[in-house]
Amino acid sequence: MARVVVDVMLKPEILDPQGQAVQRALDRLGFAGVTAVRQGKRFEIEIADAAGVPGVAPDPAALARDMAAKLLANTVIEDFSVRVEDR
Amino acid sequence: MTRIGVVTFPGSLDDRDAARAVRLAGGEPVRLWHRDTDLAGVAAVILPGGFSYGDYLRCGAIARFSPVMDSVIAAARRGTPVLGICNGFQILCETHLLPGALARNNHLHFVCRDQRLRIESSGTAWTAGYRPGQEIVIPLKNGEGRYVADPDTLVRLEGDGLVVARYLGVNPNGSVADIAGIANPAGNVVGLMPHPEHAVDTLTGPGTDGLAFFTSVVRQLVEA
Repeated sequence: MARVVVDVMLKPEILDPQGQAVQRALDRLGFAGVTAVRQGKRFEIEIADAAGVPGVAPDPAALARDMAAKLLANTVIEDFSVRVEDR
Repeated sequence: MTRIGVVTFPGSLDDRDAARAVRLAGGEPVRLWHRDTDLAGVAAVILPGGFSYGDYLRCGAIARFSPVMDSVIAAARRGTPVLGICNGFQILCETHLLPGALARNNHLHFVCRDQRLRIESSGTAWTAGYRPGQEIVIPLKNGEGRYVADPDTLVRLEGDGLVVARYLGVNPNGSVADIAGIANPAGNVVGLMPHPEHAVDTLTGPGTDGLAFFTSVVRQLVEA
């Protein structure tokens, strides 16, 4: 079993009004010095071992990159990063 | 009679209004279900507004991979007229039949109001019944209606006359270049954020300015 984490963020040039709202709320709460907040999504994906399941690709990171490019992120407006967590 | 499919996804809201608009335009609405793989021989398809699959992940992202969409995408590529309204526009962008994407409104509020628009192009299957430059009022209701596209795409959309409608007055959601709707180069696929199907009858809408989206396609299909 592998755990892969996919982070999806709006591209830097895309306005993130949610992040701005969070930044304003932090300011109201008295957290000084916050110059920017951007909000994204995190997916934690459990993938069965390739050895045990027919059809599962041997490289969980490559599989997760396929998932991200096809479904988890809209690459028109979002970037993603993939990492395999140590268990 | 011209048969026009209206797709219902789990969470669609405006499928009945879209079907009614088709009927008032002289067409025969055909209900399609998101699990259908066969389009029942319809001559055009409408993807209605709503919150397909709860808008989980991103608006339209999961609907894009529903069984019916493989058939809709194939039909669109063959030239079948397809209109995506609101959530349907979001789905069409997720399929990449239309460029760009719809992001959260710049002010974060859900907007619901009668919206003034200028029809910029009558060169599509869905707007042939309007005059270019014609001003219309139809309802707008969205939380994620801010059209975004990269600069090259915008140059292409503007240069090729693919902007179908633009917001007049206050830009309701921060859409780039006040864009309310766009078309593909062939003009058979149109995505529109405001709701023409809610403006087909003075009893229930602000007027009948939206009806020509539906009469345009019915007329074109009858003449074809």
